[in-house]
Amino acid sequence: MNSLEKLVYMANQIARNLETEGDKAADTTAAHIVAFWDPRMKSMILSHLDAGGEGLSPAARAALGKVRAAADA
Amino acid sequence: MTYVRQNDFGTPASLSEETVTLTIDGRAVSVPKGTTVMRAAAEIGTAIPKLCASDNLKAFGSCRLCLVEIDGARGTPASCTTPVAGGMVVHTETPRLQKLRRGVMELYISDHPLDCLTCSANNDCELQDQAAAVGLRDVRYGYEGENHLALDLDTSNPYFDFDPSKCIACSRCVRACDEVQGTFALTIEGRGFESKVSAGLGSDDFLGSECVSCGACVQACPTATLQEKSVKEIGLPDRSVVTTCAYCGVGCTFRAEMRGEQLVRMVPWKDGKANRGHSCVKGRFAWGYAQHADRILKPMIRASINDPWREVEWDEAFAYAASELKRIAATYGDKALGGITSSRCTNEETFLVQKLVRAGFGNNNVDTCARVCHSPTGYGLKTTFGTSAGTQDFDSVEQSDVMLVIGANPTDGHPVFASRMKRRLRQGAKLIVIDPRRTDLVRSPHIEAEHHLPLRPGTNVAVLTAMAHTIVTEGLADEAFIRERCDWDEYQDWAAFVSDAKNSPETLAPVTGVDPAELRAAARLYATGGNAAIYYGLGVTEHSQGSSTVMAIANLAMATGNIGRPGVGVNPLRGQNNVQGACDMGSFPHELSGYRHISDAAARKLFEDDWGVHLDPEPGLRIPNMLDAAVDGVFKALYVQGEDILQSDPDTKHVAAGLAAMECVIVHDLFLNETANYAHIFLPGSTFLEKDGTFTNAERRIQPVRKVMSPLNGLSDWEVTQRLAQAMGLDWNYTHPAEIMDEIARLTPSFAGVSFDRLDAEGSMQWPVNDAAPDGTPVMHIDGFVRGRGKFVVTDYVPTDERTGPRFPLLLTTGRILSHYNVGAQTRRTANVAWHPEDLLEIHPSDAENRGLKDGDWVKLASRSGETALRALVTDRVAPGVVYTTFHHPATQANVVTTDYSDWATNCPEYKVTAVQISASNGPTDWQEDYSRQSERARRIEGIAAE
Repeated sequence: MNSLEKLVYMANQIARNLETEGDKAADTTAAHIVAFWDPRMKSMILSHLDAGGEGLSPAARAALGKVRAAADA
Repeated sequence: MTYVRQNDFGTPASLSEETVTLTIDGRAVSVPKGTTVMRAAAEIGTAIPKLCASDNLKAFGSCRLCLVEIDGARGTPASCTTPVAGGMVVHTETPRLQKLRRGVMELYISDHPLDCLTCSANNDCELQDQAAAVGLRDVRYGYEGENHLALDLDTSNPYFDFDPSKCIACSRCVRACDEVQGTFALTIEGRGFESKVSAGLGSDDFLGSECVSCGACVQACPTATLQEKSVKEIGLPDRSVVTTCAYCGVGCTFRAEMRGEQLVRMVPWKDGKANRGHSCVKGRFAWGYAQHADRILKPMIRASINDPWREVEWDEAFAYAASELKRIAATYGDKALGGITSSRCTNEETFLVQKLVRAGFGNNNVDTCARVCHSPTGYGLKTTFGTSAGTQDFDSVEQSDVMLVIGANPTDGHPVFASRMKRRLRQGAKLIVIDPRRTDLVRSPHIEAEHHLPLRPGTNVAVLTAMAHTIVTEGLADEAFIRERCDWDEYQDWAAFVSDAKNSPETLAPVTGVDPAELRAAARLYATGGNAAIYYGLGVTEHSQGSSTVMAIANLAMATGNIGRPGVGVNPLRGQNNVQGACDMGSFPHELSGYRHISDAAARKLFEDDWGVHLDPEPGLRIPNMLDAAVDGVFKALYVQGEDILQSDPDTKHVAAGLAAMECVIVHDLFLNETANYAHIFLPGSTFLEKDGTFTNAERRIQPVRKVMSPLNGLSDWEVTQRLAQAMGLDWNYTHPAEIMDEIARLTPSFAGVSFDRLDAEGSMQWPVNDAAPDGTPVMHIDGFVRGRGKFVVTDYVPTDERTGPRFPLLLTTGRILSHYNVGAQTRRTANVAWHPEDLLEIHPSDAENRGLKDGDWVKLASRSGETALRALVTDRVAPGVVYTTFHHPATQANVVTTDYSDWATNCPEYKVTAVQISASNGPTDWQEDYSRQSERARRIEGIAAE
């Protein structure tokens, strides 16, 4: 896996493990990524999201949408 | 100077709170009920002669030297087996006693070599001392009778000799092996005059026996029968310094016994609160690496990793390092730099490295080797309990009725604590082991696990959830505790989740491979067996669901009320000596010391005000992220203190690619380790014997590390980091590590009450140490969880993406062995290689037979990441379908096989699950041979010929 593929994998993995949070899953996943990823990693995954987000699971995509919204706020 | 032994009170202390007063030689003495007359006398400084008694062993009453007279009592009872009584009047020195003792001593000496002046124990021999104490002046029997003087010396053990000609058959060694170590390797063979100490069967020598070389027998021996070879070679020590072992997370306290600047031996310190006077083969004996010829003592630099090293003076090394770091920051930006702290170094050194990164490099790209071991512990316990640490002290195990050991092999990884566990188990506590392998704890002398759940690697969460299912659905949860201490709504969500039929032991059995009836029985025992404690290791954390497993463990403890008092709790057995401390000190890229997130403006301001710098509020890169960024060409410089990521981290080829892509790798270590193959600057490190500081062990115990000899390289590690910081332009002027600890205490609430002065006075302290807990905190969460209410977390089982299939049908799990430590950089440079000269692949007989493999055959171990070759060990210790190896030897580089899968929350690598195939091989693989050649080339030093 290259770095971007790894980030996609990581985002999906985090989202999958936090699925049990139910309604809060997207917020919790987003908070996890904000808390633990360095700015370049966040920037890379958000650029990927902006470019269509190939490979991202729906849950990861929802969470990253919240990360994007927070970054733009 | 005369050698001084640590005081020995003869028999163990009584824990009774009731006091008894008696009179000994006319002096009144009050002692706890149950104390022996011998110990009561010792308490007032009266040393009753003794040979078979020692205060770490149960009284034995065989040597007949410790006889006393008691008013109103008949005969001359042995003081070691006679308990005190109120009003008792004892006489320890009377003409009758003196005559009896001389008579006993005459018999001993008549069958003992009279070579005191040339004996290695001269002046450290209890027999010699007691002969003097009883006033022995002659031996009426002569020395010509039948004796044992011609018995053969056993020199097979690399660290100590056994000379049966000097044995007085006191059984102290046998009892130490039984009672203290719990191995039961020694015995008294034969009867009457033929009685002799034996390491197992008559044909066994010590090396070939079950002996684990913990040294308890050597320490117990009152003569030179069991004697360290180092004492024979060097002579008796003449001074000693109490310090802390630098091997595993138990943190044993030792007396480093010195002769001049030469270390003669390490003797476990009875007052050490972690080890209580016990030791293992590593801490006791495997310190020879400290003065090994491989140590690099001069700084070295090179422009390219293809060049040979060039030795330089310190000033040039620091100036070159600083200029390279500044050049890279100017060229690629501040975020192109980073650092890795070491769990083998002191708290003070670790704190300085993370400070250098945050305050000097200007980013938070600092990480630590806990990334690859216990980072899920930090995440999981902080989430559920509110603090990233184990809940108990080691003494807690004395009050446990049930121990659940999951993903840990304490007899190999944490042997001194394992001995305490085994002692408690022999007293009747019950044991549950959850492990794919049949570890020694499952069945060993006088120990047998009530339940062994040999799960398939990667299914920890499923097994723990199935246990929770049993506990909740069978009504075994402690509802009163949960209502009082935890979030009830979260509990109900969790209880509903685990109660679902999909999480029953029966439903999950095809996944876990665990007999559901056995699993249910284990769950019932954990929930209802009294005080139940969970101990876990890297078999929990090093999975794609490592953090989930830690939280699942915390859920179980909360659901059953097994938290917040002695005897229970959640106890991560930390791998390296200062993993806890390295984490506490702010080594993670998202946290300042004391586990405060870097985005916490108030916490950040504390540091900014103290350090006079602005801190980046964004988290930095973790180790695997650093390597990815390096491969991407944006991460260019790394300062690695005391770690060997090329050997210890997963997917060796990727680690190598990351390191090779960097322009400045600074390795600060004792040896030219594997990572140094890719380094441009080498800064020589110092051993734990050469510096002052503190380590924090697995029970949060902060313990002093004290300099016992001068650094061979001229500088302690904290001084090296400070000089590098100064060269970078930072105004650091620490003159002693005590000042660094003062800074840590100033900035870290849980360390607020810690100082070197207090540590020197009290020996050790368990954090938090602050106004709320001025004397420290042996057991956490007593009155409530640190986070307020305990948080139940739903931990859905998510199978790893690492799957077996036709190409890779077996599961590899990795671990460590008693005689070696981590990457083996230290222990491979000691005589411990006698027990483990190479990594071996454990494979089940059926898997071996299917492949036509025999014990000792070379086999190729291949995964989708890479392949290596090593020899096979055919054993049913592993289940069919599972293979196991260690990662102690760079010649094997087992991590070339492990993958880049990691824990979802922390990126802790999934070392414990790799799909592999095994096939016959005729020797090392091409990769291994290429690696060996490259290593040899990378280690060239100008002007120094390779051996």
